[in-house]
Amino acid sequence: MSAFIYHFSFEFRTGIRNKTLLMMNYLFPIGFFLMMGFVMAGINPAFLETMTPGMAVFAVLAATLLGIPDPLVNGRENGIFRSYKINGISSISILIMPVLTTILHLTIVTAIISILSPLIFDAPAPTNWFSYVLIFLALAFVMAGISVLIGVIAPNSRVTVLYSQLFFIPSILLGGMMFPYNLLPDGVGKVAQLLPATQAMNAFNGLAMGGTADFNPWGSVAALFASGVLAFALAVYLFSWDSRNTERRGHPLMALLFLLPFVVGILLG
Amino acid sequence: MSQPMIEVSDFRKVYGDFVAVDGISFEVRQGEIFGLLGPNGAGKTSTLESLEGLRAPSGGSVRVAGIDPTKEPRKLRNVIGVQLQSAGLPESITPNEAMAFFSAYHGVAPRYDLLDRLGLNEKRKAQFFELSTGQQRRLSLALAVAHEPQVLFLDEPTAGLDVATRVELHDLMRELQAKGTTIILATHDMAEAEEMSDRVAILLNQKLVSIGTPMEITATGAGLTKVSVRTQNGSVSNPEIALPAVRQRSSKEAYDIFFSTDIGPTVSAVIAQIESAGDTLIDLRVERPSLEDRFLEITGTKKASNGGPQ
Repeated sequence: MSAFIYHFSFEFRTGIRNKTLLMMNYLFPIGFFLMMGFVMAGINPAFLETMTPGMAVFAVLAATLLGIPDPLVNGRENGIFRSYKINGISSISILIMPVLTTILHLTIVTAIISILSPLIFDAPAPTNWFSYVLIFLALAFVMAGISVLIGVIAPNSRVTVLYSQLFFIPSILLGGMMFPYNLLPDGVGKVAQLLPATQAMNAFNGLAMGGTADFNPWGSVAALFASGVLAFALAVYLFSWDSRNTERRGHPLMALLFLLPFVVGILLG
Repeated sequence: MSQPMIEVSDFRKVYGDFVAVDGISFEVRQGEIFGLLGPNGAGKTSTLESLEGLRAPSGGSVRVAGIDPTKEPRKLRNVIGVQLQSAGLPESITPNEAMAFFSAYHGVAPRYDLLDRLGLNEKRKAQFFELSTGQQRRLSLALAVAHEPQVLFLDEPTAGLDVATRVELHDLMRELQAKGTTIILATHDMAEAEEMSDRVAILLNQKLVSIGTPMEITATGAGLTKVSVRTQNGSVSNPEIALPAVRQRSSKEAYDIFFSTDIGPTVSAVIAQIESAGDTLIDLRVERPSLEDRFLEITGTKKASNGGPQ
């Protein structure tokens, strides 16, 4: 237990001490939230309706996709994991610590956004806080799982950025933060349903913000949790301690299996 | 020195088609400092990593303190300490945090005193990336010995260290040895290996080509012993004087230098020549081939030995 606490405590402090992580965990999401509140609300007042959950989703995307994978790749490439292995630190500890600490950072940032959004911009507050927190946790869990998976399969930092952006940019554009899901063409809408951000915005609208969901909101919550569990399990399976002379378990393309719950959701209609 | 702490038997490591280590065997006893030497690519790293549980052997067996590193990795963790060549710590961790963190995983109290002893007292709160290479290596060493392992693996431990820290490290190694710690020292520094190791093994082309005490290894070489003589009147300077077992001769800074295959007869003859000429001996030095000479001879890097005329 003591080792777990030391490890957690160190990882949590790293999220603030490391300038890149501080930027992704706090400064970028809060700065973006303030900018969008001041600029976007003037241009498109309807934006305010989904601003609170939308900015929470953005915070999750930034902190996870842009913050988690690179330290994992560096840890593997710079021999940090080898050192951990020699000292008895398990692969599960290595993978779960960034998930837990990032979720804790995100809880703080999301709380700030969720409290300030109605106060500063007069955006609607959640009508069901329990559902709001549940959906936030589901999204944070699945995005942290996907980000860990990216860190595990990416061969180097440059590819990490590429993989992360493959999720980050479509999530911003199609996830329902900028445009409502119902404005998307059918085909694009189906593709958007493969994104955790879309599922989370759907669930927020239907279960937490007093709005209408575009598809089954509880199905979205279930898919988010299921995908998170799959992503983390795949990360553990595909994990390698270092990239030198190591036989990797499984093919990196296996990582795409985390999409399975979303595909099932689309097929079930 | 009693029971074997390291047992390597017909150990083989293969990566795809590449044979990294080809059937080596050796034992290291408790309390020994054992030098593992070899040029790059000889198989040292694969051997070390298999002993440390980072790689599984492709053939043969390795055991550390009776533990199979592949089958019992959890047991191995508290038995071994490893100072890796690359420090292997997150860039934002401080020495204090690293000590607390690793000690917690080993279930022992943090040994902050080791940080002070290894000259990190002023850097205990600095982040890892702010430390110099030498400081990073010292931190790695402090972490490796904090849980008092039975077997300590040191990979190039003094690379990048200043003289004072190097001496401190050697003192620490001897102190650990006195407590019964077995130390595996992988180094390119032959002087260090010769000074510190009870026995050394030389790997070459994936095989073990020589093993023994540094004295035994240097004695088996074809190296010439260097005898340097300085006299009042230069009575041994005449190249016409025949001296037994001398194969080559030269002179430098008032010294006559003889390269001998058998120093006993050579030195006796030199002294006899000085006495018969009524000369006075000012200085006489005998330098046996060093481990480095022997290593270079074995690895084929240098044909002659002991700095003799080429």
